[in-house]
Amino acid sequence: MALKRYVSTRLLTMFGVLMATLLLTIILVGSNMDTILKQGVVFQVRTEITENPAIAESFASVEEYEAFVQEQIDQRVKTLGLDTPWYSPQRIGLTMYKILVLDFGHATFLTSDSGSSDVKDILLEKLPRTILLFTTATIIISIIGIFLGALSGSKVGSKIDRLTSTFAVVSSSFPVWWIGMLMIFLFAFVYQIFPARATPSIAPSDPGYFLSLLYHMALPLITIVMIGFGSWAYLVRNFMVGIMQEDFIAAKKTMGINQKKIVYKHALKNAAPPIITILALSLSGSLGGAIITEAVFDWPGMGRLYFEAITVMDLPVIIGATYVLTVFFLVSIFLADLLYGYFDPRVRTGS
Amino acid sequence: MSTVTSDEIKREFLKSRIGMAGIVILAILVTISIVAALVIPVETFQQWNNPSSWISFPKTSIPVWVNLLPIEKIPEHKIINSPLTSQKTIQDVSVFTQQFDLNFGYDDFPNDFIYEFSASYSGAPLLQISVIRPDGITLQLLSSSLPKSEDVVIHDERIFSTDEVIRKKLFLQSENFAFPINNLSSEDIVFSKTTEHNVLKGDYTFLVSILGTNVENKIVDSNLIVGGKAFGIMGTDELRRDLAVGLLWGTPLALFIGIAVAIGSVSMGLVYGVYAGFKGKATDEAMMRFNDVIYALPALPFLIILAVTISNSIFLMIGFLMIFGWVGIAKVSRSMALQIKTKGYVEASKMMGQKNSKIIFRHILPQLLPYAFASIAISVPAAITTEAGLSFLGLGDPTFPTWGQILHDANVYGAAARGLWWWIVPPGVMIAITGLAFVFIGNALDAIVNPRLKRQ
Repeated sequence: MALKRYVSTRLLTMFGVLMATLLLTIILVGSNMDTILKQGVVFQVRTEITENPAIAESFASVEEYEAFVQEQIDQRVKTLGLDTPWYSPQRIGLTMYKILVLDFGHATFLTSDSGSSDVKDILLEKLPRTILLFTTATIIISIIGIFLGALSGSKVGSKIDRLTSTFAVVSSSFPVWWIGMLMIFLFAFVYQIFPARATPSIAPSDPGYFLSLLYHMALPLITIVMIGFGSWAYLVRNFMVGIMQEDFIAAKKTMGINQKKIVYKHALKNAAPPIITILALSLSGSLGGAIITEAVFDWPGMGRLYFEAITVMDLPVIIGATYVLTVFFLVSIFLADLLYGYFDPRVRTGS
Repeated sequence: MSTVTSDEIKREFLKSRIGMAGIVILAILVTISIVAALVIPVETFQQWNNPSSWISFPKTSIPVWVNLLPIEKIPEHKIINSPLTSQKTIQDVSVFTQQFDLNFGYDDFPNDFIYEFSASYSGAPLLQISVIRPDGITLQLLSSSLPKSEDVVIHDERIFSTDEVIRKKLFLQSENFAFPINNLSSEDIVFSKTTEHNVLKGDYTFLVSILGTNVENKIVDSNLIVGGKAFGIMGTDELRRDLAVGLLWGTPLALFIGIAVAIGSVSMGLVYGVYAGFKGKATDEAMMRFNDVIYALPALPFLIILAVTISNSIFLMIGFLMIFGWVGIAKVSRSMALQIKTKGYVEASKMMGQKNSKIIFRHILPQLLPYAFASIAISVPAAITTEAGLSFLGLGDPTFPTWGQILHDANVYGAAARGLWWWIVPPGVMIAITGLAFVFIGNALDAIVNPRLKRQ
């Protein structure tokens, strides 16, 4: 019962956050968006009229023609509801509703690889690639991190423990994207093993595309893993140190169960809840960091899309991508909360 | 939470090795900042994004210290601006001469040489440039008249070694060389041995003279630039900027950004959290829900949108970073305030009818100060790397070039794929070192403030 209530309050909060985020985004980009939309209408009307010379010929003077064009524009603006200011409640409400149902409209400049300018198509094309890269990286990081962390946590003060801790502190001080630049320098320039740009040069329809994508993924993947596993191991180590001091572990030790079994079976099992919670959080965190990492490696995912959209100020894409990133972020926070609630008996029993 | 006096903290901190390491690094960084402010004029730094102020520097040149390594000596970029001048009159002709001495001992030819000058003269004097080489041969480079003028004028000009005139003049002297020189550029001829096409090392003397009837004719200001592939302690970038300037000035900027954001967000979070915890009930609930909302905002996308739509001024950026920095601190200080609130003396002062603000500022906040200091130190690296990341995306404040902006330019010009390591490595190392200094200090403080962690 308590868990149900817990879940529903969390869900409500998350939905509130989503709405707040949307509202904030719209407020921030609203006025720019309005100008762009109006320019779009003017452009559309003008091209429609010039494509049909009969209309232009039917006017006696230039003034009359211009008046007609203006009238057409005004009419179109009115039907689209652009005559009210962007901050009017109806407009904001409509925009928010549209975004909620994933109708992001059309991109101003950017297109998907297949040529569609529908923001939804663009996002759907980029999202799997970001997930492919960052989920793979997070999985590898957590596997290395858990084992290294368990190892150094069970031998506090040993050489491997000190090495892990030092590596964790040092590696987390370097920006991932800077290490990325160094990796490109080393493995694409000095030793030409990997390509410098992570975008495959062959068309996505080609059967070899996926393999090529994996090959291009190697360098960014190695970089993310290299920077990430240290702090993971450190985190796991700290949990393990706490658990290894618990009485039941001491009891197991006196029972003569071998060290390896204690560490990997009993201690790790008890450290699992917080580890899983953090795993869920770090998955979403990695997506946010993707913006810069993908820009460095030119990986054709959400992050690079976001970067490109900023460079050319493609607002529909910026709004769409922010929305998707927020949703992912919230879902993983929610999952983390849920897992935490599930594992924490105090929440489960409602005390 | 245990109470630790400031004396204890000081004593414990001095004992902590990593804490002291952090302090030493920080001291070095502060020294660098002071040196930068004293040695490099602010004007130079403000001209960072103005290409015309870097024109006499070479493009993407390697730092000069690589010549200390046992490899082929890369020609250094030299700007000679203090020539010996002399003035004499031979048969009514006034000759004003400048002499530039250059020791050239490298294994490769220079990129080019440029003579830039401003001369004050009247009439149409003749400008002659020649070079005396280490082997004693004198090569005539140029002999041309300056634009005619009746009155005294100041004339500015740049003469490039790539000028066809200089090349043609050199071809006329091809009898000095034992090999065909018609396909070579001027600098390759001037600095070549006569027997084979190889660098002739030694002392060169460039002579520039103005011959005219007016005794007043003279060169007011002049530079001889021998273009090389190595320059400065840190090298230069694609836009000819001296990276040492950017790196040095980046230090005070990074420290300022990091510390300002950390202090700002920690104090915001502290006051917010303590107030929520102290008030309790509905206020607490509402404030914590708001806290949850900010916590759930994806920081980087929002920082990007804020920078794009509002402004990328560095001061506003610091404010934006604070917005996302205080949330965690608020949560922790709230729970600490909840504990302190129940202590006897707080309840006593409440009963005595002291004002809430007084209780918070006099009794609760001082107790959280050690925790606050540790949090400030720990928050600095994140602020610096986030700012660097935003700058890297090209959203930095162009009037204040940070390390992140240097890396942005490096990425734009494909420095990594072109092997320009001196453009990539130093800014990142500086970011990391600055971050590490504060991580060390923060961890040491944290271990003292939270004795629970000491056990590990």
